[in-house]
Amino acid sequence: MKKLPVLSLLLWLCAVYFVGIYLFVGGFLLVRLEVNRTSTCGDVLQPGDVMQPGEEPADFCRVQPRFRRAVLLIIDALKIDFAWFDPNNTSPRPYENKLPVLEETVTSRPSHSRLYPFRADPPTTTMQRIKGFTTGSLPTFVDVGNNFASSAILEDNLIHQFGQVGKRVVFMGDDTWENLFPKKFHRSLPFPSFNVKDLHTVDNGILQHLYSTMVGEDWDVLVAHFLGVDHCGHRFGPDHPAMADKLTQMDGVIRSVIDRLQNDTLLVVMGDHGMTDTGDHGGESQKETDAAIFLYSPSPLFPGPPTQSEPDVVPQTDLVPTLALLLGVPIPYSSVGQVLLPVFSPHGQTGGAVGGLSQLEALWINAKQVNRFLETYSGMAKDIPAESLSQLKSEFSRLSSEYLAMVREGRPPSPRLAASLQAYLTSVRATCRATWARFNPLKMAAGLAILAFACLTCFIVSELSLVLIRESGHGLKPPVRVAFIAGVCVAIGQIGTQGYVEASWCLAAAALSSELVFLWRARRSRAVPEEKNGFKAPKSPSWLTPRRLLLPSLLVPLLRCASLLSDSYVIAEGRAVTFLVFSLALYIPIHLNWDGLLLPPIHDPLKAAGFLPSPALSPSTVRKESGTLLACLGVLVGSLYLSLSFHACREEQGSCQPSPFLSPLSRLQDNQLKNLHYVLSVVSLGLWTYLLKRCLRHYGNLNASSGAVFTAHWILPLTSVCLALHWAVSATPEDSFRNLSELIGLGQLVLPRAAFCLLGLGMFLIWLDPLTVFIKPKDKTPARGQSQTPSRYRASTGISTQAELHHLIPQIYQRMRRSLDDDEQFMGDVDNSPAVKAYGLGTVYSAPLMLFCGMLGIGLLLLHPEGMALSFLLLLLEMGALLHIHASSTTLRSLQGTFSADFNVPWTPVVLWSLAATQFFHATGHLPTFPSIQWGAAFVGFPDGHTGTLLPASLVTLNTFASHILFSVACPLLLFWPLVCEVRGSRGGRACGDEGEDAVMEMRLREHPQQFTSALLQLATRYLFILGAQVFSSVCAAAILRRHLMVWKVFAPKLMFEASGFLVSSVSLLIGVALVLRVDVAVGGWFKRLIPDASR
Amino acid sequence: MWDHEIRAMASTHAILAASVFMATVLPAAAVPGFSVYGTHLLWLYSVSGAVTAVSVAIFWLLGITPPAKKHTVGYKLSRLFRSCLYFFLSCLFFHTVVVLYGAPLIESALETFSLSVLLTSLTTLRCLCVLGPNVQAWIRVFSRHGAMSVWDTCLQITVACTLVGAWVGAFPIPLDWDRPWQAWPVSCSLGATIGFLTGLVAAPAWIHFHRKQLTYKCK
Repeated sequence: MKKLPVLSLLLWLCAVYFVGIYLFVGGFLLVRLEVNRTSTCGDVLQPGDVMQPGEEPADFCRVQPRFRRAVLLIIDALKIDFAWFDPNNTSPRPYENKLPVLEETVTSRPSHSRLYPFRADPPTTTMQRIKGFTTGSLPTFVDVGNNFASSAILEDNLIHQFGQVGKRVVFMGDDTWENLFPKKFHRSLPFPSFNVKDLHTVDNGILQHLYSTMVGEDWDVLVAHFLGVDHCGHRFGPDHPAMADKLTQMDGVIRSVIDRLQNDTLLVVMGDHGMTDTGDHGGESQKETDAAIFLYSPSPLFPGPPTQSEPDVVPQTDLVPTLALLLGVPIPYSSVGQVLLPVFSPHGQTGGAVGGLSQLEALWINAKQVNRFLETYSGMAKDIPAESLSQLKSEFSRLSSEYLAMVREGRPPSPRLAASLQAYLTSVRATCRATWARFNPLKMAAGLAILAFACLTCFIVSELSLVLIRESGHGLKPPVRVAFIAGVCVAIGQIGTQGYVEASWCLAAAALSSELVFLWRARRSRAVPEEKNGFKAPKSPSWLTPRRLLLPSLLVPLLRCASLLSDSYVIAEGRAVTFLVFSLALYIPIHLNWDGLLLPPIHDPLKAAGFLPSPALSPSTVRKESGTLLACLGVLVGSLYLSLSFHACREEQGSCQPSPFLSPLSRLQDNQLKNLHYVLSVVSLGLWTYLLKRCLRHYGNLNASSGAVFTAHWILPLTSVCLALHWAVSATPEDSFRNLSELIGLGQLVLPRAAFCLLGLGMFLIWLDPLTVFIKPKDKTPARGQSQTPSRYRASTGISTQAELHHLIPQIYQRMRRSLDDDEQFMGDVDNSPAVKAYGLGTVYSAPLMLFCGMLGIGLLLLHPEGMALSFLLLLLEMGALLHIHASSTTLRSLQGTFSADFNVPWTPVVLWSLAATQFFHATGHLPTFPSIQWGAAFVGFPDGHTGTLLPASLVTLNTFASHILFSVACPLLLFWPLVCEVRGSRGGRACGDEGEDAVMEMRLREHPQQFTSALLQLATRYLFILGAQVFSSVCAAAILRRHLMVWKVFAPKLMFEASGFLVSSVSLLIGVALVLRVDVAVGGWFKRLIPDASR
Repeated sequence: MWDHEIRAMASTHAILAASVFMATVLPAAAVPGFSVYGTHLLWLYSVSGAVTAVSVAIFWLLGITPPAKKHTVGYKLSRLFRSCLYFFLSCLFFHTVVVLYGAPLIESALETFSLSVLLTSLTTLRCLCVLGPNVQAWIRVFSRHGAMSVWDTCLQITVACTLVGAWVGAFPIPLDWDRPWQAWPVSCSLGATIGFLTGLVAAPAWIHFHRKQLTYKCK
């Protein structure tokens, strides 16, 4: 058979998918590294600074701040339109003119207050915004920090700085703050924010405490986050009377707060983002980004009434340095904001407020801090373009020398310097923004297109696999060549126009062009076989007619893909997938019955006489097969139902109890329960091992003396024992055996590592020597003598007397025999009895694969909590049931007389297989959210932690995608199982005429190498197609719903998990296919050794 | 001949649909506070009861029910008894299937069982009426060449429509719309009823338009 075309085609397809995912994710998820340094009081003005003589070395925090206290009223989704007041508007909409207090204050006390539009950076979701206006940075979806598992802000931020200088921060409102700043508040009154329908709980909770707190002296900074307006927007939209009520309420709140303010207190009223006309937010349209900010203080805040130089719009990050300098704390380390100049006095008029910095001083402090951050960041990450970085640096050094010279010489400040400092800060911000805070729609679109074409290509390859294999490989050369050329062309073009190469666009061009070339060629080559053999013609045109789409085998994946577009279904994904699997499984017997294949046909003596062909299967066989099918369906349904009890819970699912099996044994308090759980886990582990060996023995695969058999005999049980011991050791309570603690520690270290090593060794042995065939020469002649005398070995069905060989699968290898018959003349001399009996030849392909999966399963189980052993057992049972259902239905279908020599696996089992992978992703306690990743897996066998990041990351990946890996590696079994379970005389009866009673099983694959290859390719591409379609729809969901409320909570994590799941699955699928090809090579070698003549 | 049967079928179905309608409307007049969502179980049982009574009566009157082989009272009684047993067993079967589909096992078991009663009265009961208590025949009807008469074809269509309706009815349950009809088992029973009504309309129409292609083996 042809190995190279299969592998290279699959590799190419996977690569194209990867490029698509890479491009999209690159445009959608922007990654920023977190700088975990904090500013301190000492470092703000110092480094290299030449202080004016006579001034004491500045400790920033000791200087009397401009304001002692501040009140931050955050009104979620306070759009700027809500804040404007237009007295000429006689018939205001419900959201207009409802906050007259702002306008009144601004006009009546112009030097005390201002109202600005306050522009947020996308993503405009509340959590990202809180991060934004406390750290002064531009948060992206993935802020790569030290700690994935917690949502706490690790970067330097205002709240932290307030705490550092001893300001008491009192917080009330949205409980998101409590998660972001755990234990940072002096006093905190969080209220639940999750229920969007609830307009009043949070606001009323705040109002109960706000005024009493303000009157007291127990605070320095008061943060109150109102959610009512936002929730009202989500529920009713802005254009609704409820919004008018809510805004009027807020108007009253602001009035009361202003009345209670003291002279040393600053009031900031602001929205964290805006909203669209439908009340949503999250995206980047101006309606969503433009909130309002209102500054007020009873003492004069601004030097005078608004002038021409007032900013039109205040970016949200600018609040951070402004507040920091007004309250006398250092600017947070990673802030890229710019101080709001109007609140600082122009130089020379410092008289107004005590300790107030002048505009130039404030700008200088700000610029130094930003420059320091830029240097640190560019040392850590390379995502800021180098040339703009160097430009910024030189600009700063020029400005700094100018400023220092000015200070040294005591010159009056030039407005030009202030302007250029401002320009510098603006350009830094713009650079960072360009790098971090923007979706890249072009890249997203390119990724989407590549993925869509990849899915289409996969589908076409699966339909045309036979043609492609016949063409033998040169189908792939032109696309690859074109891809290479296109990639190089784009690279050259980029060098020519931009001066540097952006790898992603080269990859995109390569992938897209190769896909198009492939599709174009496939279109042409499809036309050819249609002309040649007419039977393909009617099939091809009806690919995607609505009639075919309504077939459950395609309808179910379609529903699955559609379900990825709805947040509710993603949240309930575990159950939804189980529902779909169950539906599709039920469909199999119903469909069989519809075709009249489930029950033996009634013998109608009148009618059946003439035109009906006699059934190939006797009624009893049919009944037996249907019985098997229904029994397996029962097993499948049972394991489906039981698997529901292993699910974990998302935080969005209100009334949900996570499975008790998910917590590790060592956490259980009740000893009896612990023992019960342990026994259950060990029993299921034992059953896993036993079932595997039992299955292998049943097909006679445990008789030979090869590496694989050695693995099955010794390594598999030994690993299980290691695993059971490891569980026992790790479950031991630490204080109960004090004198054995060293031993326990050693056990925790050694046992899992021993298991890892054994598994590695086992898999290596399987790879090295995968044959599980035992040859028994009939006439006691040594096996070497075979080569001369026997010209034929024939299979006879018989059961060996030896107990060990208790299921004998004698094999015949028809084609070779025929070739021998032709070549050798002395065939008449030899009698008809078979000279060689080969045990286990019938499952020569599937046995190593099964064993490999079994070993892999144990290895993955090692990374899970102990209780998951039950779930893994269910997984094995479900796999077996699926395989048997597939095999039985294939056998029953062969009744129809549509038997042909190809071994195509229909869509239904492939769809079931891939859905089962997702189902067990959930049933092994995983969820597509970041907090639910089982980090404990990284410490199995490494209780003291790691030094690198590669090993723990791969362990966690293996843990997370365990079911994806198992199902993908085992995928080729779908091809083999109908042959393994074939009923004697059903397919054989037609395939090999006179020898009808022989069971040829998987040897049939060797008889038709071309069909074998094409079926393998088809199976793999079908599986890839279904996985790819899921990734595609999840990508679509992220792209279409990028303004959805839940995008960062549901869709983006789902996309990440789906994409990484696809990566892992496709690699495992390649491993599985490669293993099959390896076995094929070994079988070829084995036959060569057996019959050297035939190899000539 | 064809037209006659189709007309009979259409009028039967009209009566059945009317009975579903009456079962919804009449209790609303009789019972205070009756509504499809609020007192869902009551509605459900009233519909199942109405459909059961009406279809038994109609099919008996029309004489579609396969004639008893023996005319002894004992045999008829045993037939009746078997029918009731099958009815109950089918309720249990539907209950199991619905639970396996993901309905809660213990809590709201009553609701689940009521749904299975509805499903039984919409599907199994029709099988009982048309084919008699003979599971083998039921299974055989649901195959491509299994229909032996117009009524069998009609049975296929209505049963399939009802079950698909109930299946589709499960889709809105996970959505976060907070509507009263999303509560278990309202959407499923509504789906089943709507599917049943669709089937009642679709069956005569389909048979009418395919009457040229339909050929039946003699019984």
